[in-house]
Amino acid sequence: MSGSVVDMAAAQRGRGFAREPKPGGDMAEVHAELTGVKRVYPGADGGSVHALGPVDLKLARGEFYSVVGPSGCGKSTLLDVLAGLSAPTEGSILFEGREVAGRVPPGIGVVFQEDASFPWLTVQDNIAFGLRRAGTDAAEVDRRVSYAIGFMGLKDFRKAYPAQLSGGMRQRVCIARTLVMQPRLILLDEPFGALDAQTRLLMGDELLKLWRETGATVMLITHALDEAAMLSDRIGVMSARPGRLIADIRTEWPRERDSRIAAEESFGAITSRLWGLLRDETVKAAGMSGSSR
Amino acid sequence: MRQFFDSLVFAAVLVAIWQGLHWFAGDIAIASPGVTAERAMVLLGSPSFWGHFRETFSALGYALAIAVLGGMTIGLVLGLHRLSGEVAEPILVSLYSLPKITLYPLILLIFGLGMSAKVAFGAIHGIIPVAIFTMGAVKTIAPVYFKTARVLQLSRRQLVATVVIPAAIPELVSGLRVGFSLTLLGVLIGEMFASQRGLGFLVMNAIGTLDVPTMMAVVLLLALVAVMISAGLLYLDRRLHHRVA
Repeated sequence: MSGSVVDMAAAQRGRGFAREPKPGGDMAEVHAELTGVKRVYPGADGGSVHALGPVDLKLARGEFYSVVGPSGCGKSTLLDVLAGLSAPTEGSILFEGREVAGRVPPGIGVVFQEDASFPWLTVQDNIAFGLRRAGTDAAEVDRRVSYAIGFMGLKDFRKAYPAQLSGGMRQRVCIARTLVMQPRLILLDEPFGALDAQTRLLMGDELLKLWRETGATVMLITHALDEAAMLSDRIGVMSARPGRLIADIRTEWPRERDSRIAAEESFGAITSRLWGLLRDETVKAAGMSGSSR
Repeated sequence: MRQFFDSLVFAAVLVAIWQGLHWFAGDIAIASPGVTAERAMVLLGSPSFWGHFRETFSALGYALAIAVLGGMTIGLVLGLHRLSGEVAEPILVSLYSLPKITLYPLILLIFGLGMSAKVAFGAIHGIIPVAIFTMGAVKTIAPVYFKTARVLQLSRRQLVATVVIPAAIPELVSGLRVGFSLTLLGVLIGEMFASQRGLGFLVMNAIGTLDVPTMMAVVLLLALVAVMISAGLLYLDRRLHHRVA
């Protein structure tokens, strides 16, 4: 393994993905592709639970894609299946042209909603964990870890244990641990779900910075419509279970952006459009009667 | 400081109760704390006592090593493999409640008199609680750690060595604490009935010759050592759990 995070980022920028990639269009390179993906769980009473799909989705290299949907709609299942953490019941998943078959392919990084930092390791050992297991040489580990620590604003906490940190700080540790592996596709499963509103806005900015810096493709699962509207190039709206993608919304934000775009007129328009699409599905998911307007 | 003072009061109350029992039961059954302490000092100065002491504690060391390594291995395998865990758990729990003393004749027939029988008897006392604690510890590891390990491309061996064991260590120390006292119990029982050496033998021998002060002095010294080891493990246990919380 050679090249620091910065070199890697530069290399990826040099590859020149479309500035505003069009999904499925001719311009953008398809990075990951799901075709007819379905997931059915065996139910508790011998029946089966249809959790997801069929879903068809193309992620263009370097785009920031978000999935919003009512709770329990199968958003996390979609992420698990794409990451190779669980196998789809039907359909195929390609990452960089290769089939993902129930095993996480190298090049994919995942940040989970739950705190996944290891309480028995210090911040820097947590961040170095994956690199050390991969047998990366010590000097290279140090270089990448120092860079990630600086990038995620963890300099004063290198030697701290996760128990001494706030929830937001711990999530930064997990993001840094993913970052040092130099993933080309980063999947985030409601990573800021447990954080307060202000921290979430700031973390959103960090995420945008990270996305620009690394040139990675990002798929963010979230239930926060404003978060999706603020961060994404493109937003997929999911139906109530079984989750299907019922709309595809493009934001047309410039690549250089941060949370201040919340003040833009079109931000409000996107958010309310998302809510318009999701309201009925949320009512369905909550099992309320007399849905729709 | 306050805790230390409390412990001191507790010890004083115990000694007072002991003295009371001595007055009630007389020299023939319970030696007074003073006489016992005096005899304990004599024992501490005699080389033959230290021979018995070494015998007991080396048997305990071997038995504990077997119980911990065996119990942890069984617990890890059962904890990581869900189906075997579900099958084995009720079996382990019923074995745990089986009075092991009933197996003693069997142990003697297999291992004969001496060190190996003591070690075996100690180990069968300790191995099951260690296995049960380990299995419980592994089963309660957050699923997100396993997912993280898969994303970071860890091999099976790396998963066990660098995630499962460190994550389970606080619980493992709790298991070790329970395992330690039960293993010691097993070793001593082993020495009491079919042995020519060790502190258990010393106790039985003293009872046989109606030497009550010696019997009580051995028990006192044994209790002191056991309490100290237990306290050390408890301290470790609390520290580890505190770090995680």
